[in-house]
Amino acid sequence: MLRFVARRLVSLLVSLAVASCVIFVFVEVVPGDPAAYMLGLNAQEDTLNALREQLGLNGTLLERYLNWVGGMLRGDFGTSYTYRTPVSEMIGERMWISLPLAIYALTLSTLIAFPAGIWAASQRGSLVDVLVMGFTQLGVAIPNFWFAMLMVLLFAINLRWFSAGGFAGWEAGFGPALKSLTLPAIALALPQASILARVMRSSLLDTLGEDYIRTARAKGLSRRQALWRHALRNALIPVLTIIGLQFSFLMAGAIIIENVFYLPGLGRLVFQSIAARDLIVVESVVMLLVFAVIVVNFLVDVAYALVDPRLRVRA
Amino acid sequence: MSRSLVIGAVLSAVFVLAALVSFVWTPYDVLGLDIPNKLKEPSAAHWLGTDHFGRDIFSMIMVGARTSIAVAIVAVGIGMLLGVPLGLAAAARTGTLLDEVIMRGNDLVFAFPSLLIAIMITAVFGASAVNAIIAIGIFNIPVFARLVRGAALSLWTRDYVLAARVSGKGAARISLEHILPNVTNLLIVQGTIQFSLGILAEAGLSYVGLGAQPPTPSWGRMLAESQTMFSFKPHLAVFPGLAILLTVLGLNLLGDGLRDALDPRLRRAKR
Repeated sequence: MLRFVARRLVSLLVSLAVASCVIFVFVEVVPGDPAAYMLGLNAQEDTLNALREQLGLNGTLLERYLNWVGGMLRGDFGTSYTYRTPVSEMIGERMWISLPLAIYALTLSTLIAFPAGIWAASQRGSLVDVLVMGFTQLGVAIPNFWFAMLMVLLFAINLRWFSAGGFAGWEAGFGPALKSLTLPAIALALPQASILARVMRSSLLDTLGEDYIRTARAKGLSRRQALWRHALRNALIPVLTIIGLQFSFLMAGAIIIENVFYLPGLGRLVFQSIAARDLIVVESVVMLLVFAVIVVNFLVDVAYALVDPRLRVRA
Repeated sequence: MSRSLVIGAVLSAVFVLAALVSFVWTPYDVLGLDIPNKLKEPSAAHWLGTDHFGRDIFSMIMVGARTSIAVAIVAVGIGMLLGVPLGLAAAARTGTLLDEVIMRGNDLVFAFPSLLIAIMITAVFGASAVNAIIAIGIFNIPVFARLVRGAALSLWTRDYVLAARVSGKGAARISLEHILPNVTNLLIVQGTIQFSLGILAEAGLSYVGLGAQPPTPSWGRMLAESQTMFSFKPHLAVFPGLAILLTVLGLNLLGDGLRDALDPRLRRAKR
């Protein structure tokens, strides 16, 4: 197991290194002179030089890349050109909204999908199964930001159960803060829950058709006991993959949903930075999100190996 | 023919037809402003109402279908054109450095959700429908490469491929003449699914201003523009959203139906 984790860890580091190169080249090399890009056409030469100096653009490409990566490793993401504050501080503040939102959505998605998928699989062909499959088909097709708008219309504007947008702040208490994240989390969770429920159902059905389940049934276990004791654990492998993939969709999806609810998270920050041509912030936020995706996929691989020892050997 | 295939085909056909007809006819001019008739509810004159500039929402949805379909088709095309040869090459040279490089490259692209690619492209080149196409297209490449590699690997062990090798055909020719025709069904099914995901992605990108730019009508932007008004004029948001939902639903059902129709083995596996 340790060897497997070590090999995956090396692969994780290589992925992170290559991803950081791609982002660096794209944001700092492709635009030509980032300082000229950020300041626009009418910039004076001395202002350009000052910004180049501030951004450390006078060094070679390799020096600049190593400075950027080295800074990030120390938690220094540079200084936002627009806000004149350290990017790490800006990210830190907004992370406290985006990360809980993604985790909240992932939790909701799993809480909805597991029972729905298991229920549908255990009663295959029944009305419950048809209803679950029908709802999940709709859930996959619905644009989450539109679903979010409809929820605002119903729950915020008509029923007044939630606020239509904004964030209460964690200092207002856990309850109010969680309440302001509830509609966005549901909007994010619904499509993911639909996909997850379908995967859970089909994976469980596949597993229930295996020989060892027949053996378990022959030994006297009821279908229900065979499902809970033997099938579920094995059916979890593809489900874990999807949960890992979904994390990246949730982080990316949160960028859009934050805009529907005017939540001051990473998504809003990135759009404000694009509008202000603040490349330093864009670069850092994208790197952070890619880092999150790669690390989560690594954790999923490790979780895989824990669930299914065969994968350790194969890898 | 399965029910999902029929429903999916009909829904998809309606929107493709709407997009095609919009080239020659729409009930109203989508670029013309008609302020006296702004924010009208659905009526006989304007079936789905009008927006804040008095533009006819039905006409905008027709032209928006054109934008969505065009973006999604080109994005899927990019994914297929680059992903399929990469997948075929990786399978033909499995276990070699080429295979490793292609697959790790795919993993890397997977770490960048299309929205992040769009953000990077937009931050550097500005927002446009073309940049949205590139972002969605790049994300499609590993999808097709992995699919084709997976399917091709098992085909390479078949007897007819062995026979082709014995007769002296090279890897490239075998991939083209024997492997590719046998993965076409899979490509059609996955292409339909990626097409529907492309429409969702285009709508999302346009919604946050990273896709099609004014005055080109786009479903996502119609939703974004309705954001401040839909609380008192819900029709502004309901109809463009329904258009996206029905198109994506139609394509997903079509994909499911095609999978069942083209490969009965998959139908059994799907259960």
